[in-house]
Amino acid sequence: MSDIPAELKYAPTHEWARLEEDGTVTVGISDHAQRALGDVVYIEAPELGLTVGAQEETGVVESVKAASDIYAPVGGTVCEVNDALTDAPETVNQDPYGDGWFFKLTPTDATDLDELLDAEGYAEVCDSED
Amino acid sequence: MVDFAGWMMPVNYGSQIEEHMAVRTAAGVFDVSHMTIVDIDGPDAEAFLRKVIANDVSALVEYQALYGVALNAHGGILDDLIVYRLPKGYRCVVNASTREKMLDWFEAQAMTNMRIEHKPQIMLAVQGPEAVSKLLASTDLATLDIKPFFAASHGDWLIGRTGYTGEDGVEVMLPVDQGIALWHALLESGVKPAGLGARDTLRLEAGLNLYGQDMDETTSPLISNIGWTVAWEPAERAFIGRYALQGERAGPAQKLTGMLLEDKGVLRHDQPVQTDAGPGVVTSGTYSPTLQRSIGLVRVPVGAGAECSVDIRGALKKARLVRPPFVRKGKILVN
Repeated sequence: MSDIPAELKYAPTHEWARLEEDGTVTVGISDHAQRALGDVVYIEAPELGLTVGAQEETGVVESVKAASDIYAPVGGTVCEVNDALTDAPETVNQDPYGDGWFFKLTPTDATDLDELLDAEGYAEVCDSED
Repeated sequence: MVDFAGWMMPVNYGSQIEEHMAVRTAAGVFDVSHMTIVDIDGPDAEAFLRKVIANDVSALVEYQALYGVALNAHGGILDDLIVYRLPKGYRCVVNASTREKMLDWFEAQAMTNMRIEHKPQIMLAVQGPEAVSKLLASTDLATLDIKPFFAASHGDWLIGRTGYTGEDGVEVMLPVDQGIALWHALLESGVKPAGLGARDTLRLEAGLNLYGQDMDETTSPLISNIGWTVAWEPAERAFIGRYALQGERAGPAQKLTGMLLEDKGVLRHDQPVQTDAGPGVVTSGTYSPTLQRSIGLVRVPVGAGAECSVDIRGALKKARLVRPPFVRKGKILVN
């Protein structure tokens, strides 16, 4: 069973989102996603200042096996990227909800997070794919 | 698990990189029972194989193995295979993805006095510097006195000193019940199970082609880095595809070679390559766990210089052509 923290929101495309106290949204990929990808070896991070809509491509994660797009769970502007992943992409496998985060967005509208799945809804998405 | 030519196979059992490194530094075992074993015997067997395979089996001594390709009349590669000379006849091991095609092709080319038998068995590839010692520890074998690219019989087993990883090791073909027992015995001896994912990264580091990806019916061995598998002598041996290849022999336009990605990223199949001599393509690409960077096989114009670039999702990345293999027997051979 994969780990699905109750306090996070999820996109059906396997990104998680967390609204921070400063109003930004931190984005990463789920434990289910990192397991499916296998050993992560490269992250193509978005550029700072890039403005994206919800479900738009906002980066790429590559494992030994394959390349997968990362989609923005909500629309916004990229305000920070996790540079530590450049030299230690395996952090995504080791700590997907912590040090393995991908980027932060200043959301266009923070209420868009309400459109995302909660842990229970996301667990159903994972189950349907197994 | 993925569907591979009709077989459900694990891409990885745990971490693909750990499986890869186990084979480079200790021992791993691959269940390669999907491979197609075809036994051919009878008075015409040798003449048949000398017709359908571009390499020449006539020089093989008993239990010697030979790597080669079967060609179509245009010199394109139908499949690559290993042929073992056995006391009675020959054993061919062809790919899983080409099973029906090759069985049909063999039947279509068959001569009068010979027999072709598809022999489904378990095939386990035990690979790595500790592969032989682990095999001995897992079986009643006291010693294993088999030179590279030779084989030996042991009861119902055929043990070949062959593999697809660039490491020492064996490939054991044996009946199903014994194969399952051997699998469990190997794991108990500490051999790590390894999946299709590690098999692909290991063969790519070793500079070994994958049929259907690095070569196919539209490419000849001369542009697939395996020109050495074409036995031109004796000149009168009319193997299928010889006439077409002879025309290409004077000056092939392309070559298959290795690539190191200098920038960050991962090379993948079908990415476009730009060289000073014209365009090319990545035929296989991956992340190399041993080199800890991306490597690939590429088909480029013959005259291409080393410095080139590759188009990854629309961005041109710096890359360099190198002669494969990248890794053999645990040692990095490129820089």
